[in-house]
Amino acid sequence: MPPLLDTHGEHLLRELAPQVLAVVVRRFSDFAAAEDAVQEALIAASLQWPRDGVPDSPRAWLIQVASRRMTDYLRSEVARHRREAAAAMETDRLAWAAGVESDVEQDDTLILLFMCCHPVLSPSSAIALTLRAVGGLTTREIANAFLVPEATMAQRISRAKQSIKASGVPFNMPDAMERAERLMSVLHVLYLIFNEGYSGSIGSDLQRRDLANEAIRLTRAVHHLLPDNGEVAGLLALMILTDARRRARTGPEGELIPLDKQDRTLWDQKAISEGVALISLTLSRGSIGSYQLQAAIAAVHDEAARAQDTDWTQILALYGLLRRISDNPMVTLNYAIAAAMVHGPSTGLKLLEALDADSRLAGHYRIDAVRAHLFEMAGDQQRAIAYYQAAARRTTSIPERDYLTTKVTRMNEDSLE
Amino acid sequence: MKYILMMNTTERGPYSIFNWPTKDFEAHIAYWKSLNTDLKNLGELVAVEALTGPDQAKLVRADKNGMPVTDGVFPESKEFLAGYWIIDVESPERAYEIAARASAAPGPGGVPLNMAIEVRQVMTGRRDELS
Repeated sequence: MPPLLDTHGEHLLRELAPQVLAVVVRRFSDFAAAEDAVQEALIAASLQWPRDGVPDSPRAWLIQVASRRMTDYLRSEVARHRREAAAAMETDRLAWAAGVESDVEQDDTLILLFMCCHPVLSPSSAIALTLRAVGGLTTREIANAFLVPEATMAQRISRAKQSIKASGVPFNMPDAMERAERLMSVLHVLYLIFNEGYSGSIGSDLQRRDLANEAIRLTRAVHHLLPDNGEVAGLLALMILTDARRRARTGPEGELIPLDKQDRTLWDQKAISEGVALISLTLSRGSIGSYQLQAAIAAVHDEAARAQDTDWTQILALYGLLRRISDNPMVTLNYAIAAAMVHGPSTGLKLLEALDADSRLAGHYRIDAVRAHLFEMAGDQQRAIAYYQAAARRTTSIPERDYLTTKVTRMNEDSLE
Repeated sequence: MKYILMMNTTERGPYSIFNWPTKDFEAHIAYWKSLNTDLKNLGELVAVEALTGPDQAKLVRADKNGMPVTDGVFPESKEFLAGYWIIDVESPERAYEIAARASAAPGPGGVPLNMAIEVRQVMTGRRDELS
Protein backbone atom coordinates (compact mmCIF):
# COMPACT_ATOMS: atom_id res chain seq x y z
CA MET A 1 0.00 0.00 0.00
CA PRO A 2 1.38 3.47 -0.89
CA PRO A 3 2.14 5.85 1.97
CA LEU A 4 -0.80 8.00 3.08
CA LEU A 5 -0.98 11.74 3.39
CA ASP A 6 -0.63 12.89 7.01
CA THR A 7 -3.32 14.93 8.76
CA HIS A 8 -1.56 18.18 8.02
CA GLY A 9 -1.41 17.37 4.32
CA GLU A 10 -5.05 16.34 4.31
CA HIS A 11 -6.11 19.61 5.93
CA LEU A 12 -4.04 21.51 3.42
CA LEU A 13 -5.74 19.72 0.51
CA ARG A 14 -9.20 20.38 1.87
CA GLU A 15 -8.41 24.00 2.47
CA LEU A 16 -7.02 24.50 -1.01
CA ALA A 17 -9.76 22.54 -2.81
CA PRO A 18 -12.30 25.38 -3.20
CA GLN A 19 -9.61 27.94 -4.07
CA VAL A 20 -8.17 25.74 -6.79
CA LEU A 21 -11.61 24.87 -8.14
CA ALA A 22 -12.58 28.54 -8.40
CA VAL A 23 -9.43 29.35 -10.36
CA VAL A 24 -9.99 26.46 -12.76
CA VAL A 25 -13.68 27.30 -13.24
CA ARG A 26 -12.78 30.91 -14.06
CA ARG A 27 -10.13 29.81 -16.46
CA PHE A 28 -12.20 27.25 -18.37
CA SER A 29 -15.76 28.36 -17.54
CA ASP A 30 -17.05 24.80 -17.32
CA PHE A 31 -17.96 24.08 -13.71
CA ALA A 32 -18.83 20.41 -14.17
CA ALA A 33 -15.63 19.46 -15.97
CA ALA A 34 -13.49 21.68 -13.73
CA GLU A 35 -14.89 20.00 -10.65
CA ASP A 36 -13.91 16.59 -12.01
CA ALA A 37 -10.44 17.86 -12.92
CA VAL A 38 -9.87 19.25 -9.41
CA GLN A 39 -11.07 16.01 -7.85
CA GLU A 40 -8.48 14.17 -9.95
CA ALA A 41 -5.79 16.64 -8.95
CA LEU A 42 -6.64 16.13 -5.26
CA ILE A 43 -6.40 12.37 -5.65
CA ALA A 44 -3.10 12.75 -7.53
CA ALA A 45 -1.79 14.93 -4.69
CA SER A 46 -2.80 12.43 -2.03
CA LEU A 47 -0.85 9.76 -3.90
CA GLN A 48 2.23 11.76 -4.91
CA TRP A 49 2.85 14.12 -1.99
CA PRO A 50 3.49 11.40 0.59
CA ARG A 51 6.11 9.94 -1.78
CA ASP A 52 7.71 13.09 -3.22
CA GLY A 53 6.99 15.55 -0.44
CA VAL A 54 4.59 18.50 -0.45
CA PRO A 55 5.57 20.89 -3.29
CA ASP A 56 6.78 24.40 -2.47
CA SER A 57 3.59 25.94 -3.75
CA PRO A 58 0.93 23.27 -3.24
CA ARG A 59 -1.77 25.56 -4.57
CA ALA A 60 0.02 26.23 -7.86
CA TRP A 61 0.79 22.50 -8.13
CA LEU A 62 -2.90 21.61 -7.82
CA ILE A 63 -3.96 24.33 -10.25
CA GLN A 64 -1.42 23.11 -12.76
CA VAL A 65 -2.42 19.46 -12.49
CA ALA A 66 -6.13 20.28 -12.66
CA SER A 67 -5.57 22.59 -15.63
CA ARG A 68 -3.61 19.91 -17.42
CA ARG A 69 -6.50 17.50 -16.89
CA MET A 70 -8.85 20.15 -18.23
CA THR A 71 -6.68 20.66 -21.30
CA ASP A 72 -6.58 16.90 -21.88
CA TYR A 73 -10.33 16.79 -21.53
CA LEU A 74 -10.80 19.67 -23.96
CA ARG A 75 -8.38 18.08 -26.44
CA SER A 76 -10.39 14.90 -26.39
CA GLU A 77 -13.44 16.97 -27.18
CA VAL A 78 -11.66 18.42 -30.22
CA ALA A 79 -12.55 15.48 -32.39
CA ARG A 80 -16.18 16.17 -31.72
CA HIS A 81 -16.28 19.91 -31.46
CA ARG A 82 -13.17 21.18 -33.11
CA ARG A 83 -14.12 24.82 -33.19
CA GLU A 84 -15.43 25.10 -29.66
CA ALA A 85 -12.43 23.35 -28.24
CA ALA A 86 -10.06 25.59 -30.11
CA ALA A 87 -11.71 28.58 -28.52
CA ALA A 88 -11.39 26.99 -25.11
CA MET A 89 -7.71 26.25 -25.66
CA GLU A 90 -7.22 29.88 -26.53
CA THR A 91 -8.90 30.92 -23.29
CA ASP A 92 -6.64 28.50 -21.49
CA ARG A 93 -3.54 29.99 -23.08
CA LEU A 94 -4.61 33.52 -22.24
CA ALA A 95 -5.41 32.57 -18.66
CA TRP A 96 -2.01 31.00 -18.21
CA ALA A 97 -0.42 34.14 -19.53
CA ALA A 98 -2.29 36.10 -16.88
CA GLY A 99 -0.43 34.15 -14.23
CA VAL A 100 -1.45 31.85 -11.44
CA GLU A 101 -1.77 34.24 -8.53
CA SER A 102 -3.64 37.04 -10.22
CA ASP A 103 -6.93 35.20 -10.42
CA VAL A 104 -7.31 34.55 -6.70
CA GLU A 105 -10.39 36.03 -5.22
CA GLN A 106 -11.29 36.30 -1.60
CA ASP A 107 -14.88 35.26 -2.07
CA ASP A 108 -14.20 32.12 -4.08
CA THR A 109 -15.31 29.78 -1.34
CA LEU A 110 -18.49 31.76 -0.95
CA ILE A 111 -19.27 31.80 -4.68
CA LEU A 112 -18.74 28.05 -4.78
CA LEU A 113 -21.01 27.55 -1.80
CA PHE A 114 -23.70 29.67 -3.40
CA MET A 115 -23.43 27.48 -6.46
CA CYS A 116 -23.38 24.11 -4.70
CA CYS A 117 -26.26 25.03 -2.40
CA HIS A 118 -28.40 26.47 -5.16
CA PRO A 119 -32.14 26.02 -4.59
CA VAL A 120 -32.45 24.13 -7.92
CA LEU A 121 -30.73 21.21 -6.18
CA SER A 122 -32.39 18.78 -3.79
CA PRO A 123 -30.87 18.86 -0.28
CA SER A 124 -29.13 15.49 -0.73
CA SER A 125 -27.55 16.63 -4.01
CA ALA A 126 -26.50 19.96 -2.53
CA ILE A 127 -24.92 18.21 0.45
CA ALA A 128 -22.93 15.81 -1.72
CA LEU A 129 -21.76 18.49 -4.13
CA THR A 130 -20.79 20.88 -1.32
CA LEU A 131 -18.73 18.22 0.42
CA ARG A 132 -16.86 17.43 -2.76
CA ALA A 133 -16.45 20.80 -4.46
CA VAL A 134 -16.01 22.98 -1.37
CA GLY A 135 -15.02 20.44 1.26
CA GLY A 136 -12.49 18.67 -0.96
CA LEU A 137 -13.70 15.22 0.13
CA THR A 138 -13.44 12.36 -2.33
CA THR A 139 -16.52 10.67 -3.71
CA ARG A 140 -15.53 7.55 -1.80
CA GLU A 141 -15.34 9.41 1.50
CA ILE A 142 -18.75 10.97 0.94
CA ALA A 143 -20.22 7.62 -0.11
CA ASN A 144 -18.81 6.00 3.03
CA ALA A 145 -20.28 8.68 5.24
CA PHE A 146 -23.75 8.18 3.78
CA LEU A 147 -23.42 4.40 3.47
CA VAL A 148 -24.23 4.24 -0.20
CA PRO A 149 -22.14 2.64 -2.95
CA GLU A 150 -19.48 4.90 -4.45
CA ALA A 151 -21.07 4.65 -7.92
CA THR A 152 -24.38 5.90 -6.52
CA MET A 153 -22.72 8.90 -4.90
CA ALA A 154 -20.73 9.63 -8.06
CA GLN A 155 -23.96 9.65 -10.04
CA ARG A 156 -25.68 11.92 -7.50
CA ILE A 157 -22.84 14.42 -7.78
CA SER A 158 -22.78 14.23 -11.54
CA ARG A 159 -26.52 14.82 -11.77
CA ALA A 160 -26.24 17.75 -9.40
CA LYS A 161 -23.66 19.33 -11.69
CA GLN A 162 -25.90 18.74 -14.70
CA SER A 163 -28.77 20.52 -12.92
CA ILE A 164 -26.51 23.47 -12.25
CA LYS A 165 -25.41 23.54 -15.85
CA ALA A 166 -29.01 23.29 -17.09
CA SER A 167 -30.17 26.08 -14.81
CA GLY A 168 -27.50 28.40 -16.20
CA VAL A 169 -26.33 29.62 -12.79
CA PRO A 170 -23.39 31.90 -13.54
CA PHE A 171 -20.12 31.53 -11.66
CA ASN A 172 -20.08 34.83 -9.90
CA MET A 173 -21.32 36.52 -6.77
CA PRO A 174 -25.12 36.89 -6.75
CA ASP A 175 -26.28 40.50 -6.39
CA ALA A 176 -27.00 41.91 -2.95
CA MET A 177 -30.73 41.25 -3.21
CA GLU A 178 -30.28 37.59 -4.00
CA ARG A 179 -27.30 37.08 -1.74
CA ALA A 180 -29.20 37.11 1.55
CA GLU A 181 -31.64 34.51 0.32
CA ARG A 182 -28.93 32.31 -1.16
CA LEU A 183 -26.91 32.57 2.03
CA MET A 184 -29.86 31.07 3.90
CA SER A 185 -29.79 28.00 1.64
CA VAL A 186 -26.04 27.70 2.19
CA LEU A 187 -26.52 27.82 5.96
CA HIS A 188 -29.33 25.29 5.72
CA VAL A 189 -27.13 22.84 3.79
CA LEU A 190 -24.30 23.27 6.31
CA TYR A 191 -26.79 22.72 9.11
CA LEU A 192 -27.99 19.50 7.43
CA ILE A 193 -24.41 18.25 7.02
CA PHE A 194 -23.76 18.88 10.70
CA ASN A 195 -27.00 17.18 11.70
CA GLU A 196 -26.24 14.19 9.54
CA GLY A 197 -22.91 13.85 11.29
CA TYR A 198 -24.20 14.57 14.74
CA SER A 199 -27.48 12.73 14.94
CA GLY A 200 -27.44 10.50 11.88
CA SER A 201 -28.65 7.03 12.66
CA ILE A 202 -26.51 5.26 10.11
CA GLY A 203 -22.83 4.56 9.77
CA SER A 204 -20.11 4.13 12.32
CA ASP A 205 -19.39 6.98 14.69
CA LEU A 206 -16.07 7.71 13.11
CA GLN A 207 -17.46 8.32 9.64
CA ARG A 208 -20.30 10.43 10.96
CA ARG A 209 -18.02 12.53 13.11
CA ASP A 210 -16.09 13.56 10.03
CA LEU A 211 -19.27 15.11 8.65
CA ALA A 212 -19.85 17.16 11.81
CA ASN A 213 -16.22 18.32 11.72
CA GLU A 214 -16.51 19.18 8.06
CA ALA A 215 -19.70 21.20 8.64
CA ILE A 216 -17.97 23.16 11.41
CA ARG A 217 -14.91 23.77 9.26
CA LEU A 218 -16.98 25.05 6.33
CA THR A 219 -19.17 27.22 8.55
CA ARG A 220 -16.02 28.65 10.12
CA ALA A 221 -14.80 29.53 6.64
CA VAL A 222 -18.07 31.32 5.86
CA HIS A 223 -17.92 33.14 9.21
CA HIS A 224 -14.39 34.23 8.37
CA LEU A 225 -15.61 35.70 5.08
CA LEU A 226 -18.76 37.28 6.55
CA PRO A 227 -17.78 38.09 10.15
CA ASP A 228 -20.61 40.60 10.60
CA ASN A 229 -23.41 38.28 9.59
CA GLY A 230 -25.32 37.34 12.75
CA GLU A 231 -26.91 34.17 11.42
CA VAL A 232 -23.59 32.79 10.16
CA ALA A 233 -22.06 33.43 13.59
CA GLY A 234 -25.19 31.98 15.18
CA LEU A 235 -24.99 28.76 13.17
CA LEU A 236 -21.29 28.38 13.93
CA ALA A 237 -21.93 28.91 17.65
CA LEU A 238 -24.82 26.45 17.55
CA MET A 239 -22.62 23.77 15.98
CA ILE A 240 -19.75 24.37 18.39
CA LEU A 241 -22.00 24.36 21.46
CA THR A 242 -23.81 21.21 20.34
CA ASP A 243 -20.64 19.43 19.32
CA ALA A 244 -19.11 20.22 22.72
CA ARG A 245 -21.38 17.52 24.23
CA ARG A 246 -20.29 14.89 21.72
CA ARG A 247 -18.36 12.65 24.09
CA ALA A 248 -21.18 12.57 26.64
CA ARG A 249 -24.09 11.87 24.37
CA THR A 250 -23.45 8.20 23.63
CA GLY A 251 -22.56 5.36 25.94
CA PRO A 252 -19.88 2.71 25.39
CA GLU A 253 -22.24 0.58 23.25
CA GLY A 254 -23.32 3.55 21.14
CA GLU A 255 -26.49 3.94 23.18
CA LEU A 256 -28.14 7.33 23.33
CA ILE A 257 -27.79 9.33 26.55
CA PRO A 258 -30.29 12.20 26.90
CA LEU A 259 -29.12 15.66 27.93
CA ASP A 260 -30.29 15.38 31.56
CA LYS A 261 -28.43 12.08 32.07
CA GLN A 262 -25.11 13.07 30.48
CA ASP A 263 -21.86 13.15 32.42
CA ARG A 264 -21.20 16.86 32.05
CA THR A 265 -17.56 16.53 33.00
CA LEU A 266 -17.11 14.99 29.52
CA TRP A 267 -18.31 18.17 27.85
CA ASP A 268 -15.61 20.10 26.01
CA GLN A 269 -15.21 23.25 28.11
CA LYS A 270 -12.92 24.94 25.62
CA ALA A 271 -15.51 24.57 22.87
CA ILE A 272 -18.22 25.80 25.23
CA SER A 273 -16.22 28.94 26.05
CA GLU A 274 -15.66 29.60 22.36
CA GLY A 275 -19.33 29.09 21.49
CA VAL A 276 -20.62 31.15 24.40
CA ALA A 277 -18.25 34.02 23.59
CA LEU A 278 -19.27 33.94 19.93
CA ILE A 279 -23.00 33.93 20.55
CA SER A 280 -22.77 36.56 23.31
CA LEU A 281 -20.85 38.90 21.04
CA THR A 282 -23.31 38.31 18.20
CA LEU A 283 -26.41 38.89 20.32
CA SER A 284 -24.87 42.00 21.87
CA ARG A 285 -24.93 43.59 18.40
CA GLY A 286 -28.70 43.47 18.56
CA SER A 287 -29.27 41.15 15.65
CA ILE A 288 -31.68 38.28 15.98
CA GLY A 289 -32.37 35.18 13.96
CA SER A 290 -33.28 31.55 14.21
CA TYR A 291 -29.73 30.13 14.38
CA GLN A 292 -28.69 32.76 16.91
CA LEU A 293 -31.61 31.90 19.17
CA GLN A 294 -30.92 28.18 18.89
CA ALA A 295 -27.28 28.87 19.75
CA ALA A 296 -28.35 30.93 22.75
CA ILE A 297 -30.49 28.00 23.95
CA ALA A 298 -27.59 25.59 23.48
CA ALA A 299 -25.42 27.99 25.48
CA VAL A 300 -27.88 28.02 28.40
CA HIS A 301 -27.81 24.20 28.48
CA ASP A 302 -24.03 24.09 28.23
CA GLU A 303 -23.56 26.57 31.06
CA ALA A 304 -25.47 24.45 33.58
CA ALA A 305 -23.03 22.38 35.62
CA ARG A 306 -25.81 19.95 36.55
CA ALA A 307 -29.09 19.21 34.71
CA GLN A 308 -31.08 20.59 37.66
CA ASP A 309 -29.19 23.90 37.40
CA THR A 310 -30.57 24.52 33.88
CA ASP A 311 -32.15 27.96 33.56
CA TRP A 312 -35.42 26.77 32.02
CA THR A 313 -37.08 30.19 32.43
CA GLN A 314 -34.52 31.65 30.08
CA ILE A 315 -34.85 28.72 27.68
CA LEU A 316 -38.62 29.15 27.66
CA ALA A 317 -38.22 32.85 26.85
CA LEU A 318 -35.81 32.06 24.01
CA TYR A 319 -38.13 29.42 22.52
CA GLY A 320 -40.92 32.00 22.82
CA LEU A 321 -38.89 34.39 20.64
CA LEU A 322 -38.03 31.60 18.24
CA ARG A 323 -41.71 30.73 17.92
CA ARG A 324 -42.43 34.29 16.87
CA ILE A 325 -39.94 34.30 14.00
CA SER A 326 -40.26 30.69 12.86
CA ASP A 327 -43.32 28.70 11.96
CA ASN A 328 -41.68 25.34 12.65
CA PRO A 329 -43.70 22.77 14.61
CA MET A 330 -40.44 21.40 16.10
CA VAL A 331 -40.02 24.76 17.81
CA THR A 332 -43.47 24.48 19.35
CA LEU A 333 -42.54 20.99 20.51
CA ASN A 334 -39.44 22.28 22.29
CA TYR A 335 -41.37 25.26 23.62
CA ALA A 336 -43.81 22.78 25.18
CA ILE A 337 -40.95 20.94 26.91
CA ALA A 338 -39.52 24.18 28.28
CA ALA A 339 -42.98 25.28 29.43
CA ALA A 340 -43.40 21.96 31.22
CA MET A 341 -40.05 22.42 32.98
CA VAL A 342 -41.09 25.88 34.18
CA HIS A 343 -44.84 25.55 34.78
CA GLY A 344 -45.34 21.80 35.11
CA PRO A 345 -46.22 18.94 32.75
CA SER A 346 -49.91 19.80 32.31
CA THR A 347 -48.97 23.14 30.70
CA GLY A 348 -46.69 21.30 28.29
CA LEU A 349 -49.30 18.68 27.46
CA LYS A 350 -51.83 21.39 26.72
CA LEU A 351 -49.42 23.08 24.28
CA LEU A 352 -48.87 19.77 22.51
CA GLU A 353 -52.57 19.52 21.66
CA ALA A 354 -52.11 22.35 19.15
CA LEU A 355 -49.59 20.17 17.29
CA ASP A 356 -51.98 17.26 16.78
CA ALA A 357 -53.74 19.27 14.10
CA ASP A 358 -50.47 20.18 12.35
CA SER A 359 -50.08 17.89 9.34
CA ARG A 360 -46.33 18.62 9.12
CA LEU A 361 -45.70 16.72 12.33
CA ALA A 362 -48.65 14.30 12.29
CA GLY A 363 -47.51 10.83 13.26
CA HIS A 364 -43.96 11.97 14.00
CA TYR A 365 -42.40 9.94 16.77
CA ARG A 366 -41.09 13.06 18.51
CA ILE A 367 -44.60 14.16 19.53
CA ASP A 368 -45.23 10.75 21.10
CA ALA A 369 -41.83 10.79 22.79
CA VAL A 370 -42.34 14.25 24.29
CA ARG A 371 -45.87 13.40 25.38
CA ALA A 372 -44.55 10.22 27.02
CA HIS A 373 -41.91 12.22 28.83
CA LEU A 374 -44.45 14.75 30.12
CA PHE A 375 -46.85 12.00 31.30
CA GLU A 376 -43.90 10.42 33.07
CA MET A 377 -43.16 13.76 34.73
CA ALA A 378 -46.81 13.97 35.75
CA GLY A 379 -46.61 10.49 37.31
CA ASP A 380 -49.04 8.91 34.82
CA GLN A 381 -47.07 5.69 34.23
CA GLN A 382 -49.62 3.93 32.04
CA ARG A 383 -49.98 6.73 29.51
CA ALA A 384 -46.24 7.34 29.54
CA ILE A 385 -45.60 3.68 28.66
CA ALA A 386 -48.19 3.77 25.87
CA TYR A 387 -46.64 6.88 24.28
CA TYR A 388 -43.05 5.67 24.67
CA GLN A 389 -44.18 2.52 22.89
CA ALA A 390 -45.85 4.48 20.10
CA ALA A 391 -42.68 6.55 19.68
CA ALA A 392 -40.47 3.44 19.59
CA ARG A 393 -42.67 1.98 16.86
CA ARG A 394 -42.49 5.10 14.73
CA THR A 395 -38.88 6.19 14.92
CA THR A 396 -36.57 5.28 12.05
CA SER A 397 -33.46 5.68 14.19
CA ILE A 398 -32.03 2.53 15.77
CA PRO A 399 -30.43 4.31 18.78
CA GLU A 400 -33.72 6.16 19.39
CA ARG A 401 -35.70 2.94 19.08
CA ASP A 402 -33.43 1.21 21.58
CA TYR A 403 -33.58 4.14 23.99
CA LEU A 404 -37.38 4.37 23.80
CA THR A 405 -37.82 0.60 24.11
CA THR A 406 -35.63 0.57 27.21
CA LYS A 407 -37.84 3.34 28.67
CA VAL A 408 -40.84 1.04 28.13
CA THR A 409 -39.26 -2.08 29.63
CA ARG A 410 -37.90 -0.14 32.64
CA MET A 411 -41.25 1.47 33.37
CA ASN A 412 -42.98 -1.90 32.97
CA GLU A 413 -40.61 -3.34 35.55
CA ASP A 414 -41.13 -0.40 37.92
CA SER A 415 -44.89 -0.73 37.70
CA LEU A 416 -44.65 -4.40 38.72
CA GLU A 417 -42.60 -3.69 41.83
CA MET B 1 -20.91 -16.56 -3.04
CA LYS B 2 -23.48 -14.15 -1.73
CA TYR B 3 -26.47 -15.00 0.40
CA ILE B 4 -29.31 -13.01 1.81
CA LEU B 5 -30.49 -13.98 5.29
CA MET B 6 -33.99 -12.76 5.97
CA MET B 7 -35.36 -12.59 9.47
CA ASN B 8 -39.07 -12.34 10.15
CA THR B 9 -40.70 -10.91 13.25
CA THR B 10 -41.39 -13.61 15.84
CA GLU B 11 -44.75 -15.32 15.94
CA ARG B 12 -45.44 -13.53 19.21
CA GLY B 13 -45.82 -10.37 17.16
CA PRO B 14 -43.41 -7.63 16.17
CA TYR B 15 -43.87 -5.61 19.34
CA SER B 16 -43.79 -8.34 22.00
CA ILE B 17 -40.29 -7.04 22.81
CA PHE B 18 -41.86 -4.21 24.83
CA ASN B 19 -42.82 -6.76 27.47
CA TRP B 20 -39.35 -8.19 27.92
CA PRO B 21 -37.25 -7.43 30.98
CA THR B 22 -34.82 -4.55 30.26
CA LYS B 23 -31.71 -6.66 30.74
CA ASP B 24 -32.97 -9.24 28.25
CA PHE B 25 -33.71 -6.53 25.70
CA GLU B 26 -30.23 -5.12 26.20
CA ALA B 27 -28.66 -8.57 25.82
CA HIS B 28 -30.66 -9.05 22.62
CA ILE B 29 -29.34 -5.79 21.14
CA ALA B 30 -25.78 -6.58 22.24
CA TYR B 31 -26.07 -9.96 20.49
CA TRP B 32 -26.87 -8.28 17.14
CA LYS B 33 -24.04 -5.82 17.55
CA SER B 34 -21.51 -8.54 18.20
CA LEU B 35 -22.81 -10.66 15.28
CA ASN B 36 -22.50 -7.71 12.92
CA THR B 37 -19.06 -6.77 14.22
CA ASP B 38 -17.84 -10.34 13.74
CA LEU B 39 -19.18 -10.55 10.19
CA LYS B 40 -17.56 -7.24 9.38
CA ASN B 41 -14.21 -8.24 10.87
CA LEU B 42 -14.27 -11.53 8.96
CA GLY B 43 -14.84 -9.65 5.72
CA GLU B 44 -18.15 -11.44 5.16
CA LEU B 45 -20.62 -8.61 5.65
CA VAL B 46 -21.97 -6.93 2.53
CA ALA B 47 -24.99 -5.20 4.03
CA VAL B 48 -27.20 -5.34 7.06
CA GLU B 49 -30.41 -3.43 7.55
CA ALA B 50 -33.06 -3.35 10.23
CA LEU B 51 -36.51 -2.38 9.04
CA THR B 52 -39.06 -0.18 10.79
CA GLY B 53 -42.10 -1.99 12.18
CA PRO B 54 -45.12 -3.00 10.12
CA ASP B 55 -47.24 -0.06 11.40
CA GLN B 56 -46.66 1.92 8.25
CA ALA B 57 -45.99 -0.99 5.87
CA LYS B 58 -47.87 -0.78 2.61
CA LEU B 59 -48.31 -3.10 -0.35
CA VAL B 60 -48.22 -1.08 -3.54
CA ARG B 61 -49.50 -2.02 -6.98
CA ALA B 62 -49.88 0.06 -10.11
CA ASP B 63 -53.42 0.62 -11.36
CA LYS B 64 -54.21 0.58 -15.07
CA ASN B 65 -52.85 4.12 -15.42
CA GLY B 66 -49.62 3.17 -13.73
CA MET B 67 -50.55 5.13 -10.61
CA PRO B 68 -49.72 3.64 -7.20
CA VAL B 69 -52.50 1.96 -5.27
CA THR B 70 -51.57 1.22 -1.68
CA ASP B 71 -52.89 -1.51 0.57
CA GLY B 72 -52.32 -1.66 4.33
CA VAL B 73 -51.82 -1.18 7.30
CA PHE B 74 -51.85 -4.89 8.14
CA PRO B 75 -52.83 -6.68 11.34
CA GLU B 76 -50.00 -7.06 13.83
CA SER B 77 -50.39 -10.83 13.92
CA LYS B 78 -48.99 -11.11 10.42
CA GLU B 79 -45.34 -12.04 10.06
CA PHE B 80 -43.16 -9.33 8.62
CA LEU B 81 -39.59 -9.01 7.43
CA ALA B 82 -37.77 -7.41 10.35
CA GLY B 83 -34.35 -7.09 8.77
CA TYR B 84 -31.79 -8.79 6.57
CA TRP B 85 -28.11 -9.43 6.06
CA ILE B 86 -26.32 -9.85 2.77
CA ILE B 87 -23.16 -11.85 3.28
CA ASP B 88 -20.36 -12.95 1.02
CA VAL B 89 -19.06 -16.35 2.16
CA GLU B 90 -17.04 -19.32 0.94
CA SER B 91 -19.75 -21.96 1.16
CA PRO B 92 -23.45 -22.52 1.75
CA GLU B 93 -22.51 -24.23 5.02
CA ARG B 94 -20.98 -21.01 6.28
CA ALA B 95 -24.18 -19.14 5.34
CA TYR B 96 -26.24 -21.67 7.33
CA GLU B 97 -23.87 -21.32 10.26
CA ILE B 98 -24.37 -17.55 10.32
CA ALA B 99 -28.13 -17.99 9.91
CA ALA B 100 -28.16 -20.33 12.89
CA ARG B 101 -26.29 -17.80 14.98
CA ALA B 102 -28.85 -15.13 14.04
CA SER B 103 -31.68 -17.54 14.77
CA ALA B 104 -30.38 -18.21 18.27
CA ALA B 105 -30.57 -14.55 19.37
CA PRO B 106 -31.57 -14.45 23.04
CA GLY B 107 -35.14 -13.61 24.00
CA PRO B 108 -36.80 -13.19 27.39
CA GLY B 109 -34.79 -14.87 30.14
CA GLY B 110 -31.90 -15.24 27.68
CA VAL B 111 -33.62 -18.25 26.06
CA PRO B 112 -32.73 -18.49 22.34
CA LEU B 113 -35.59 -17.33 20.12
CA ASN B 114 -34.71 -19.83 17.36
CA MET B 115 -36.45 -17.71 14.74
CA ALA B 116 -36.72 -19.02 11.19
CA ILE B 117 -34.13 -17.31 9.03
CA GLU B 118 -34.72 -17.63 5.31
CA VAL B 119 -31.46 -18.20 3.42
CA ARG B 120 -31.37 -17.52 -0.32
CA GLN B 121 -28.40 -17.35 -2.61
CA VAL B 122 -28.04 -14.03 -4.42
CA MET B 123 -27.66 -14.36 -8.18
CA THR B 124 -24.67 -12.88 -9.94
CA GLY B 125 -24.23 -11.03 -13.19
CA ARG B 126 -21.21 -13.20 -14.04
CA ARG B 127 -21.29 -15.46 -17.07
CA ASP B 128 -19.79 -18.82 -16.23
CA GLU B 129 -18.38 -19.43 -19.70
CA LEU B 130 -15.11 -20.88 -18.45
CA SER B 131 -16.51 -23.42 -16.07
